[in-house]
Amino acid sequence: MAGPLRTAEPSAPPPAPGGRRGGLSGYLLLLPGGVWLALFFVVPTATLVATSLYDPSGSLQLGYRMTGHVQNYADSLQDYAPQLVRSFVYAGTATLACVVLGFPLAYAIAFKAGRWKNLMLVAVIAPFFTSFLVRTLSWQYILGDNEALVSFLRAVRVLGEDGHLLATPFAVVTGLTYNFLPFMVLPLYASLEKIDHRFLEAAADLYSSPFTAFRTVTLPLAMPGLVAGTLLTFIPSAGDYINSELLGNPQTRMVGNEIQDLFAAGDYPTASALSVTLMAAIVLLVFVYVRRSGTEELV
Amino acid sequence: MTVHPDRLDELVRAARAGGVRGVGRRSFLRGASVSALAVGVPGLLAACGTESQVQTAESCTSEDRSAAEKALVFSNWPEYIDRKGKKMPTLEEFQTTSGISVTYNTDINDNTEFFGKVKDQLGGCEPIGRDIITMTDWMAARMVALGWVQELDMGAMPHVEANLKSDLRSPTWDPDRSYSVPWQSGLTGIAYNAKYTGEVGSFEELMTRSDLKGKVSLLSEMGDTMLFMLLLEGADPEDFTEEQWSGALGRLEGYVGSGQIRRFTGNDYIRDLNAGNVVACEAWSGDVIAMQYDNPDIKWVVPEEGLSLWSDNMLVPNKAEHKANAEALMDFYYQPEIAAQLAAWVNYICPVEGAQEAMEQVDPSLVDNPLIFPDEDFLANAYGFMELDESTRQQYDKDFARVIGA
Repeated sequence: MAGPLRTAEPSAPPPAPGGRRGGLSGYLLLLPGGVWLALFFVVPTATLVATSLYDPSGSLQLGYRMTGHVQNYADSLQDYAPQLVRSFVYAGTATLACVVLGFPLAYAIAFKAGRWKNLMLVAVIAPFFTSFLVRTLSWQYILGDNEALVSFLRAVRVLGEDGHLLATPFAVVTGLTYNFLPFMVLPLYASLEKIDHRFLEAAADLYSSPFTAFRTVTLPLAMPGLVAGTLLTFIPSAGDYINSELLGNPQTRMVGNEIQDLFAAGDYPTASALSVTLMAAIVLLVFVYVRRSGTEELV
Repeated sequence: MTVHPDRLDELVRAARAGGVRGVGRRSFLRGASVSALAVGVPGLLAACGTESQVQTAESCTSEDRSAAEKALVFSNWPEYIDRKGKKMPTLEEFQTTSGISVTYNTDINDNTEFFGKVKDQLGGCEPIGRDIITMTDWMAARMVALGWVQELDMGAMPHVEANLKSDLRSPTWDPDRSYSVPWQSGLTGIAYNAKYTGEVGSFEELMTRSDLKGKVSLLSEMGDTMLFMLLLEGADPEDFTEEQWSGALGRLEGYVGSGQIRRFTGNDYIRDLNAGNVVACEAWSGDVIAMQYDNPDIKWVVPEEGLSLWSDNMLVPNKAEHKANAEALMDFYYQPEIAAQLAAWVNYICPVEGAQEAMEQVDPSLVDNPLIFPDEDFLANAYGFMELDESTRQQYDKDFARVIGA
């Protein structure tokens, strides 16, 4: 049915003057999304930026005066640069771990799973049936000082006599990796699953080794999924604070923990400045990354 | 609806050439930025700053609908009321005798965290959907100072009037108890798990013993933790100088930096201590005694440096619609027999005169328990935390927050 694309459908209301040519319906369709974005993104972001410029000596009792105090950014960076850097290091490590674990998994589901494909996909999503908090808390148990895993690692001398896993950077990165792995696997699977097998057969016919075929055919075609997956993993992990709160120690605190504590302590200006810095840093990193991986059109 | 591939190609080509004008990127961006600016205006109003959040009886009036609605919403800390299986005997008795149905929530795990949850509503004179909230002294003082809670009618609470212990009658922040009624008092000291370590008798040991490294937790309650740091510093937690505060803060910073402290926690230290992830920690008396029923290895000790003594207070927030019902509940819990039943279960210090005698009937073994009915000797070494004005409090909270997150 190609007709409706050129002329208005007979049953549709009479076209406005100019009809499709005015493009008005396009804007109308964008309206709900636009209103949503304005209310829940533009307004809060503007408020956040404004708050980050308040006089830092304000309090609930005195109120907060707008003084355009740009110094808040310098002060917050001076106090919290280590946490900011740490957040990106942890998020980057977790993302890398997700790629290493997620790519073979997505590949296996897409190409090798046969009739188990649907079951395996369900298994990837199944953890979402329990809450994020419960899943993270269960890692407290798995990595606990007196549980089987640590006892075993102590026995085989991987860990020292008094070594532990919980309350270490390892535990935090493990938690992040575990919690965000499905966000890597699903987009990767979606990309891999669409790859036409005949391309690989053609590559083989042209004397490419399986590795070369993977490198020159499968990987480039999987790029959109890989880029989407890394973004979906990296961005939320960089801002996460639950994993560090429940699995970390005072030396593993991430920028999210600090923002949360500063808001609770009533230091809105510093907390807001730190949030804006985090947001800007993420946007910058993502921008550079997407540019470099040359997939602007695909994401 | 399907489109023949050829036609689709044609359309795409036409669209690229500008033949069909849908929503172009450029015009979309132009439109979007204009409308963003328009909706952004309320956001930009924040650019003028935020007013003081202090309320007064005049600026924020509350209506009492208790006469028409026999209902009450009570927010409290976890494990802070007597239970029998799923039932709460004293609370049920209250509901039967008064005809008021109570919704009991255990949604307070940390004073600061709860404050963060309700501060925007209370600051703007909006209801928070709760008729009673239970806050520790310093936070109750803060809320009273901000004018966020309703004045209570002592005349409606004869049992409170008669039975409130004399040492609790006039805290500096609410000298006539016009805004608050104590729920329980308690002590902060040290707990350890005897299965994994020997006795830990002082904060000095807790913070420096090398065999405890990385296996110690402290509370994220600033008042509790800093009280002990001030004691270690040789200062009086009820009256200290700016210099002593900095010294105590530096001391804590050193302990955090040395890796001695594994975590800062709210009420959830119980889990780590039970599992042995943490072998010794700063802990609240009643929690630990309750834990001992399930795990006899858990011990609570009075630290050599002293104890932190505090009370949790029932408050009726502004805009709560059942003040009279709330007063009825407060009064009910000040009957000595009821107070004894509650204390026997929660194991905290009972604020009700006469409850010690009533305890004979409930559980004779607890009558002489100093953690429920402490005498003056026992409390000689217990301290409260110096009262702070709002901006100092905020500064100290900020200092503390910076140190506990290295």
